[in-house]
Amino acid sequence: MLEIKGLTAEVDGKPILKGIDLVVPQGEVHAIMGPNGSGKSTLSYVLSGRDGYEATGGEALFHGQDLLAMEPEERAAAGVFLAFQYPVELPGVGNATFLRTALNAIRRAKGESELDAMQFLKLARERMKALSMNDEMLKRGVNVGFSGGEKKRNEILQMALLQPKLAILDETDSGLDIDALKIVADGVNAMRGPNFSALVITHYQRLLDYIVPDRVHVLMGGRIVRSGGPDLAKELEAQGYGAIQAAA
Amino acid sequence: MPAVTETIETVQAVTESTYKWGFETDIDMEFAPKGLSEDIVRFISAKKEEPAWLLEWRLRAFAAWQKMEEPRWPAVKYPPIDYQDAYYYAAPKQKAAPKSLDEVDPELLRTYEKLGIPLREQAILAGVEGAGETPADSRMPIAVDAVFDSVSVATTFKDRLEKDGIIFCPISEAVKTHPELVQKYLGSVVPQGDNFFAALNSAVFTDGSFVYIPKGVRCPMELSTYFRINAKSTGQFERTLIIADEGSYVSYLEGCTAPMRDENQLHAAVVELVAMDDATIKYSTVQNWYPGDAEGKGGIYNFVTKRGACRGARSKISWTQVETGSAITWKYPSCILQGEDSVGEFYSVAITNNYQQADTGTKMFHIGPRTKSTIVSKGISAGHGQNTYRGLVRIGAKATGARNFTQCDSLLIGDLCGAHTVPYIENRCLSAKVEHEATTSRIAEDQLFYCRQRGLSQEDAVGLIVNGFCREVLKELPMEFAVEAQKLLQISLEGSVG
Amino acid sequence: MTAAVQTGAAGFLARYQGLKDHLPGARLAWLAALRADAAAHVAARGFPTRRVEAWKYTDLSPVAQAGFAEPLTAVAGALTLPKPRAAARAVFVDGRFRADLSALNGLAYRVASVAQHLPELEGRLGALAPLAEHPMTALNTLIFEDGLVVDVPAGVDAGHLELLSIAVDPGRPFAFHPRHIIRLGAGAKLTLLETAMGSGAQYLHNPVFEIDLAEGAVLTHGRAQQEGEAAFHLSMIHARIAAEARYDTMAVSAGARLTRMEIHAALTGPKASCHMNSAQLAAGRALVDTTTALDHAAPDCASRQTCKTVLAGQSRGVFQGKILVRREAQKTDGYQMNQALLLSEEAEMDSKPQLEIYADDVKCSHGATIGALDADSLFYLRSRGVPVDQARSMLVQAFLHEAFEGLEDDMLREALTEAVDGWWGRHGAAS
Repeated sequence: MLEIKGLTAEVDGKPILKGIDLVVPQGEVHAIMGPNGSGKSTLSYVLSGRDGYEATGGEALFHGQDLLAMEPEERAAAGVFLAFQYPVELPGVGNATFLRTALNAIRRAKGESELDAMQFLKLARERMKALSMNDEMLKRGVNVGFSGGEKKRNEILQMALLQPKLAILDETDSGLDIDALKIVADGVNAMRGPNFSALVITHYQRLLDYIVPDRVHVLMGGRIVRSGGPDLAKELEAQGYGAIQAAA
Repeated sequence: MPAVTETIETVQAVTESTYKWGFETDIDMEFAPKGLSEDIVRFISAKKEEPAWLLEWRLRAFAAWQKMEEPRWPAVKYPPIDYQDAYYYAAPKQKAAPKSLDEVDPELLRTYEKLGIPLREQAILAGVEGAGETPADSRMPIAVDAVFDSVSVATTFKDRLEKDGIIFCPISEAVKTHPELVQKYLGSVVPQGDNFFAALNSAVFTDGSFVYIPKGVRCPMELSTYFRINAKSTGQFERTLIIADEGSYVSYLEGCTAPMRDENQLHAAVVELVAMDDATIKYSTVQNWYPGDAEGKGGIYNFVTKRGACRGARSKISWTQVETGSAITWKYPSCILQGEDSVGEFYSVAITNNYQQADTGTKMFHIGPRTKSTIVSKGISAGHGQNTYRGLVRIGAKATGARNFTQCDSLLIGDLCGAHTVPYIENRCLSAKVEHEATTSRIAEDQLFYCRQRGLSQEDAVGLIVNGFCREVLKELPMEFAVEAQKLLQISLEGSVG
Repeated sequence: MTAAVQTGAAGFLARYQGLKDHLPGARLAWLAALRADAAAHVAARGFPTRRVEAWKYTDLSPVAQAGFAEPLTAVAGALTLPKPRAAARAVFVDGRFRADLSALNGLAYRVASVAQHLPELEGRLGALAPLAEHPMTALNTLIFEDGLVVDVPAGVDAGHLELLSIAVDPGRPFAFHPRHIIRLGAGAKLTLLETAMGSGAQYLHNPVFEIDLAEGAVLTHGRAQQEGEAAFHLSMIHARIAAEARYDTMAVSAGARLTRMEIHAALTGPKASCHMNSAQLAAGRALVDTTTALDHAAPDCASRQTCKTVLAGQSRGVFQGKILVRREAQKTDGYQMNQALLLSEEAEMDSKPQLEIYADDVKCSHGATIGALDADSLFYLRSRGVPVDQARSMLVQAFLHEAFEGLEDDMLREALTEAVDGWWGRHGAAS
């Protein structure tokens, strides 16, 4: 359960989020849609704790915990996963090493036992198979030399391994062809269940054909200006953001 | 930027005393009188019961040293060294040379145990289990020569190696048992008057390892020397000589530590390698001398001359070094590529944290045709550390078809440190090809955030990224050393900047 | 024959002693003091030997061993000048400004002879040119006689200006040391083509530039060094580049038996930038040296450098390039590439790129390659029917022309390309 109340935030001293109220109950998938510059990515960074994205008011509670007071890795351990719009390259750091280090860090934080190399490889291969990913990706440096689609799939693989309670997908659909889009959507849909919720941030309705949200929110000018069911996304697609703005 | 600032602060907070090897062994020592003179050179030679030719050799070196000046060109700063204010010989008191480990002073054995160095032959290098992704039982044993201040206190697996005709013993012993080999090769790669510190070493060297691998023999285990400076106000001047005869192979490891002291101590070693036709020598160093404290007080001055001669056709010498310690490092492991098709390699990671300074690199002299060299250098600067790569690639007119590739990367952590690259490239051969690349970067804020979003702590994230940065070098190390080196990198950065 | 001319630093000092009361500005106290200071430096250090790190690869002993006289006061006979490339042209003969040969009327900015304007250059001449580390600057300061003052007022686009230096054969070795003082006001623009040419005599051309660019000024400086084959060309540029200003220099070194073109540029304000490209060519026993030092002293500055060297015969090439990034120069973007082509078994290239970095948020890289023409490329061209000589020419010229990629000014590109191609025409076939 994610509860956001009156959240305001600044970037470089400029107010971007101007009072967000949003509740994502456990087990639900919500979509956040909005035009460029509406504050979508800022919201995802504020929730995950990136430096430079400063919450100036309001609160964000995750299963009752004050998210905004936590370090990024503590939020990750609590179960918040951000799928990056632009996944970062880590030259020389093997994908397998990275995934295992992250997985064990989170398991440690949860009081679970760490996986050794063999256990990890077994688990990783299983998850990769489910995502139609090639083993070879484990051997490469994290995101180094990956195509746009490979990077996004790698994000979904990480999600599948880390098993978060809340996934924030920041424009995960950008730059994906239709096959990659399906793989990403399948990955998210496979996670769906009573203990998983997601915030799908997107500019276009396209992704929502594959990940059908329980609720859709429209973010404009740093505020949620409308909320509705899955049909709202189709309405937006047909009429554009302008119409909403005019109505709001 | 804020994330990086935070890292630096976190790292500085844990700076205090991460040097785990800084203890001192309380043991009865015998010293030469303080200072340096012809008499001291004679004293050392007499202590070692050396033949006349070696005393003469030392005296010539001393005479040369007296006429030389300390080099001032490295990008390092330190107050003048008073060469008269140090002991040039310090050895644990013992009745006679120990015949077996049981005769070695138990205090010494405890010291090496504490350092994680196996002197019992069944032992495996401690502190590395479960680190790699390969099962631990496939690991080979390692033969160790343990040098404590001025003397070798124990050498393991000697008998087993002798079965293959391999000689692995303290150089002071080799002078007695294999004088013809020592006399033939000592100073043949690094002449007595090569440079200020090599001349000093040639005059007063005390111990070190001697290795000879006979024709066609592949050394069945890693050989290693572990150098320990223990006594106060004492310099260590070891000399290592490795000869790989035709078609042989040896992998040799070197490790070093010293107690934490406010004074600066001098370490001026010389290492000479000789590779004949088709022979390969792989020489790995994890240099972890005491780096001084967070304010730059104390630490070892590490002025070392290391050079290998690829004398034979298709011979190969590969240097790998991980330099995390020392207050000052001045070191250029080099290759003289004489034999046709011979190969020289230099892989280096150097970290400077707090007030450490390193001026290190390599020289590749391409003399023979189709000689090849590869240089990969990774410098990491943190705190007030200053890190310089200085290298020379010289291609002679007869080195037709020679090739060199050099990659120098620097990583800066914080804005009080410095990273410098000074390569010299000299090509006199039309058909040779030389390529050099250098980059400078820092740990990007988005890389740190990405790792932390996946649950890694700030320090682990920095460690992971730094290890990734050094990967090309670390993979050249024998597995046991690679694991140790990775841990060291992280510790050095905790204690310094990163 | 008169008494033998003294050689080395002593020769220049003797000349200075003899001339000092007659040198331009001799009665200006500040200038006399400056020259005396230079004399002290020249006397103390003389010509640097190869033991001096900055001169490790370039042996000045041929210069030090030669005895140079001053140029003749009047040049006899008619001069044939190359056709002008720009409407505005300043001509120097043996280092002396020749108003009669120049075309400088009706300009919206000032171009004049240094010798005639020395009183007003107090505090300016020498301000950017420290004597201590730079022996060639000290030598120039000691006995310069003339040079060009260029002042482009703020906001003025001065268009093209040609600076032509010609050395005429007086029948004995001689030396000249022009001092050029260039200042661009805020937002001003100038495109300068500097050409140096000369006869077959042995002479030393030792120009020093002091270039001062105010905020947002843009100086594009093309340089065609086409000195006579027995000449020594030792030039020095000291440049100061203020915020958002840009200094682009594109040099060709295609003459002289010994050349060193040295640049010391400082980026002193945010977002300043500097490009330093060069193509240096040598054949026979010639030596070409490009030495640069770029001082990033302010944040957000960018520098780019590409140096191409082609060596034939027994020639030697030298590249020394240093990038210094000071602590305050965060967000520096520095890139440097030097590539050398050896065309002969006896040629030698020495290269020393260097990074000295004290700021962490920077992007700096350098690369160097030295080698022969790529055999695969050569074969590819030949397999397509191109004769081997032509294939070599194509590849060498393509290699060199890369140094001028991104040069938008047609006049400069034409002049520099002609200098490169002219050299190749003279030396290429023989190599």
